[in-house]
Amino acid sequence: MSRSPNGSWRSVGTRPVRPDGIDKVTGRAVFSADFNLPDALQGAVLRSPFAHARILRMDTARALALPGVKAIITASDLPEITEDQALINGQPPDFRDMSANILARTKVLYEGHALAAVAAVDAKTAEQALALIDVEYEVLPHVIDVQQAMAPDAPVLHDSLITQGITPAPSRPSNIASRHEQVHGDVEQGFAQADIILTEEFTTQPVHQGYIEPHACMARVASDGQTDIWCSSQGQFMVRAYCARLLDMPLSRIRVTPLEIGGGFGGKTTVYLEPLAVLLARRSGRPVKIQMSRADVFRATGPASGSYISMKIGALNDGTLVAAQGILCYQAGAFPGSPVRLGCMTAFAPYDIANVKMIGYDVVVNRPKSAAYRAPGAPMASFAAESLIDMLAQRLGMDPLELRIRNAARDGTRTAYGPRFKEIGYLQTLQAAQAHPHYSAPLGQHQGRGVASGFWFNMGGQSSAALTLNEDGTVMVTTANPDIGGSRASMALMAAEVLEIDVDRVRPEIADTSSIAYSDLTGGSRVTFAVGMAVTQAATELVASLQQRAATLWDIPVDQIDWREGCAVASIDGKQEILSLSSLAAQAGKTGGPIAAHVSINAQGAGPGFGTHICDVEVDPDTGRVTVLRYTAIQDVGTAVHPSYVEGQLQGGAVQGIGWALNEAYQYDDNGAQLNPGFLDYRVPVASDLPMIDTVLVEVPNPRHPFGVRGVGEVPIIPPLGAVANAVSRATGTRHVDLPMSPPVVLRAIQRAARRRR
Amino acid sequence: MKQHICTHINGEATEFLCDAADTLLQVLRDNLRLTGTKEGCGTGDCGACSVMLNDRLVCSCLVLAVEAQHSQIETVEGLANGDSLHPLQQAFLDHAALQCGICTPGLLVAAKALLDHNPSPSESEVRFWIAGNLCRCTGYDKIVRAILAAADNMRTTHDGAQS
Amino acid sequence: MQYQAPTDLADVAALLASADGKGRVMAGGTDLLARFAAGMPKPDVLVDIKHIAELMDIEQASDGSFTVGAAVCGAAISEHAALCSAWPGVTEAMDLIGSVQIQGRASLGGNLCNASPAADAVPALIAAGAICRILGSQGERQVSVADIICSPGKTCLDSDEFVVSLYLPPRPPRSADAYLRLIPRSEMDIAVAGAAVNLTLDSADVVVAATIALGAVSPVPLLVPRAADVILGSKLEADVMTRFKSVVSASCRPINDKRGTIDYRNHVAGVLAARAALIAGKRAAREGL
Ligand SMILES: Cc1cc2nc3c(=O)[nH]c(=O)nc-3n(C[C@H](O)[C@H](O)[C@H](O)COP(=O)(O)OP(=O)(O)OC[C@H]3O[C@@H](n4cnc5c(N)ncnc54)[C@H](O)[C@@H]3O)c2cc1C
Ligand code: FES
Ligand code: FES
Repeated sequence: MSRSPNGSWRSVGTRPVRPDGIDKVTGRAVFSADFNLPDALQGAVLRSPFAHARILRMDTARALALPGVKAIITASDLPEITEDQALINGQPPDFRDMSANILARTKVLYEGHALAAVAAVDAKTAEQALALIDVEYEVLPHVIDVQQAMAPDAPVLHDSLITQGITPAPSRPSNIASRHEQVHGDVEQGFAQADIILTEEFTTQPVHQGYIEPHACMARVASDGQTDIWCSSQGQFMVRAYCARLLDMPLSRIRVTPLEIGGGFGGKTTVYLEPLAVLLARRSGRPVKIQMSRADVFRATGPASGSYISMKIGALNDGTLVAAQGILCYQAGAFPGSPVRLGCMTAFAPYDIANVKMIGYDVVVNRPKSAAYRAPGAPMASFAAESLIDMLAQRLGMDPLELRIRNAARDGTRTAYGPRFKEIGYLQTLQAAQAHPHYSAPLGQHQGRGVASGFWFNMGGQSSAALTLNEDGTVMVTTANPDIGGSRASMALMAAEVLEIDVDRVRPEIADTSSIAYSDLTGGSRVTFAVGMAVTQAATELVASLQQRAATLWDIPVDQIDWREGCAVASIDGKQEILSLSSLAAQAGKTGGPIAAHVSINAQGAGPGFGTHICDVEVDPDTGRVTVLRYTAIQDVGTAVHPSYVEGQLQGGAVQGIGWALNEAYQYDDNGAQLNPGFLDYRVPVASDLPMIDTVLVEVPNPRHPFGVRGVGEVPIIPPLGAVANAVSRATGTRHVDLPMSPPVVLRAIQRAARRRR
Repeated sequence: MKQHICTHINGEATEFLCDAADTLLQVLRDNLRLTGTKEGCGTGDCGACSVMLNDRLVCSCLVLAVEAQHSQIETVEGLANGDSLHPLQQAFLDHAALQCGICTPGLLVAAKALLDHNPSPSESEVRFWIAGNLCRCTGYDKIVRAILAAADNMRTTHDGAQS
Repeated sequence: MQYQAPTDLADVAALLASADGKGRVMAGGTDLLARFAAGMPKPDVLVDIKHIAELMDIEQASDGSFTVGAAVCGAAISEHAALCSAWPGVTEAMDLIGSVQIQGRASLGGNLCNASPAADAVPALIAAGAICRILGSQGERQVSVADIICSPGKTCLDSDEFVVSLYLPPRPPRSADAYLRLIPRSEMDIAVAGAAVNLTLDSADVVVAATIALGAVSPVPLLVPRAADVILGSKLEADVMTRFKSVVSASCRPINDKRGTIDYRNHVAGVLAARAALIAGKRAAREGL
């Protein structure tokens, strides 16, 4: 594998049509709800109408008696998980909570919380059966808002929840699951040094991942207990592990076959339906299919945490940041586990600040349990930090990119959360932003331009890849990570690069859990980096075996054999000899049998990612409506293996962030029931809301990856919240600290500012 | 009592039995196994279920299956001509206009309806036309470009064929 | 649920009458089927009115009036050039409803009879002075659109009655209408507030007739004659429009709900009405040239 003389790769960096493309434009691709078995039953889930209630009694007898009903399950059918069994190796997720989330045991903790599941001959019968399940509730006071949930007299969700991270431990339960503290330097001293100190409070609302494909699955259990699950998720091995744990089954008893996934964004990194389908299939002896409605998706899955954040920065008159401090309160939903720690770690990571102190609270409320959403925890914290940086720039009369450049983390900067950065490209994104024509384009009346940056760690992790050489010299690349955004294409490109063959001779496939070794799920921006590393190593091993086979055929030492242009090459008796991949494949039987390589690794060295976004908006001063006029997303992407899909990540992430900033929010009535569990009133951006999203791919290769790959999928959702807010603040001449910046919110801020000016 | 419906789907005479309350989407997917048409919401908000019904673009989740009696329905499965893709399908592939691909069938059907009605739409016309098709992955940029490119391509081929 | 698709007008009323209050008319089904999906009980008899010629037709009379079939879909309305040029406000209001997909089905009759306070076409129809032709087993009657909706979700129609068509009267020269609404996104939202203005200018551009109707700012779409009085006799000068705006805002009786607050709706209704009046004024002036 070698770069061409002009420094480019032969396959990496090109833009072939994705291998699964034809299936996806013709309607042939099988997504979760598209999978059928001839004798399958339909499942349905009973959900709580109350935000918080004790379950006094549940009787399924009438429902079971309905003709066509084949099985009903409740929490009592799930194995009990004791407190000491809740965690594996002390790591989340908490399986006790997960069990209580998929079927409520003694209390329902949010509207939409599952209580029971039914399997019946068809969907209508299953729905009818739900209505026949008798449940007696004792409705309890509920709490939706994070600050209210922290108040001393708030209704308590979990009687046994004692705040962790406080010494001495509190004596009474509360909704504060944990307190997290991160200290770097000495903030008091830092603020004492500062010429300027800015303090502000920010709020953000929970937002749903908004994947267009609702959750769905099929399960089939043989009479010996051997279980098959077909579903779309971000990790078939995750589904297998979670089901095994929740149902107390050995992993070898379960096979999970991944179907095409219609979006996840972190929201499909857990299970909701799969264990229920397995139990129902086991009990009924028939396959069971369960699908969520869109309303179920909104009421019972996701979202990303909402937050209340109080933040403070101190700077010298020349713009040098000397101290930063924050208190972050994140809604975890009904069970502990918001990503507040990640918020604390990422907020100021783009900057070299000597003194940083962050305190995070993880708070439970009567809403669905929060789930990962692209760079979990980072966007809200970054919104607060990047707003303050913009305020500082305004105060100093300094260009906001200049201010960031002055303080930018560089190679060798020690982060507030511990490690030192190596080989990062943050500065380059700022310089690219400065140089971009967007940044110097003129603005009209009621228009404003905002910039903001964002940082994400990116992950590596356990990954497997199998390469097999077919008899005709084509190559299969089998991995275990669902392809959400074109990763099959990237795997094929990396394999083709190493093998030095055309990418159309490589066919990538995604295997079920019985056909390949374990892989961590698709998340943390890890697939192209970590699984790509496994593919690259496997391809390298394949080349080594091919050289070995050529050595056997030519009967010369293997170290005399080169691999070039997909061929073994050697100089024998002064004559150049060549054995092509196809001929080596055809003669495999003679040289030792089939040729394959399987690599399983725990990939380390994911390079951190930084992005800087520029956003222009126009604000209608009479209605508060914001229109995004122009948007540019700039990011250090390491090496763009398939640039189109890298750009796609930047564009999609930016637009999700724009939705978060402008219009997406849950609405609840006084009883804690969601008012907008659908796409008409939960307002994700539509095509006509947006301009083209320009991208600039800055490529600072990650030295710890064979092709220099960094994760790219998560960074792009971080800067938009700050970039849009900074643009709106500059367009209106008043600071916006509450998201979403929906028209009424913006108008109120404009009117308040006008009164202040008078 | 089930109703017997005779209709045309992608040009082929098709019959099915359904309940009066079944939606066209349910029948396409569950009875006829034409699962290319997707359900993202079931309430008209996402466009994943877009089909053509008697030459009008509609959400099949908001059409009753019984309404298909003696009508013409076109779904994503009918877009390609044998093994040759429709220019829009090719443009979606060439422009990487799909990430997860769940919105793609609905968008292709909607985009075809647009180009049938307006062969040279502006960017803004494309954006407003597909506003009823949600895509959460792409930010729409590459989708809009693919549709504009397909329009261009179809015009050139068409003009070429005429001259 | 039974499905019927009569081809004759008379059969509709008969079917509704025999369903004894448990029948329901379906035009495009974009409200009805979405509500079924959300779990609303289904009627015993569903009468699909799209197979009846009178309900699917747009007709222009020699006096310039239009009769629009109650079940004609939005797309067909937008394609009717004469209707769009005579009633730009009514047709743009209809065109704002939902997506292209929704436009392939949604009708004026459905928008009206769904009786939502936020329906987009209704304020425009009211401002236009549109009249419904209603048919029932007892016979036929004509009712002004302004009198159809009694309360959110309820019309004055009897259970065996339905709307056959909407009549848009002939109009004097230099007349035009306009409709504007506020939604947070650019498409696919239900109005937070909407305002329709229909007016006539004299040759000196003075407003000689005006009707203002508002949506989403009261339990039923609202006619605001007080606001019309403000612009009558004016040339829509800036100071007049300021007064107009505040009269409109003061006439609203909105509620706080998931789509907007009282204060916001009051304010925005004024802004929209003023903008719509200026657009209608420009259109009317252009028309007379
Ligand atoms: C995604 C989406 C977006 C939408 N956006 C908007 C929007 O922006 N603005 C807006 O105003 N609305 C919107 N709607 C609501 C709906 O599309 C409109 O109200 C539409 O005009 C209804 O027309 P229809 O023909 O589909 O009505 P139907 O659903 O067929 O009927 C609606 C109601 O009216 C009754 N009815 C229908 N026709 C008659 C008749 N001739 N006589 C007596 N009763 C009748 C029906 O029995 C039913 O109760 C939206 C709906 C959806 C699903
Ligand atoms: S499924 Fe029909 S519009 Fe969403
Ligand atoms: S590509 Fe995933 S929703 Fe559009």
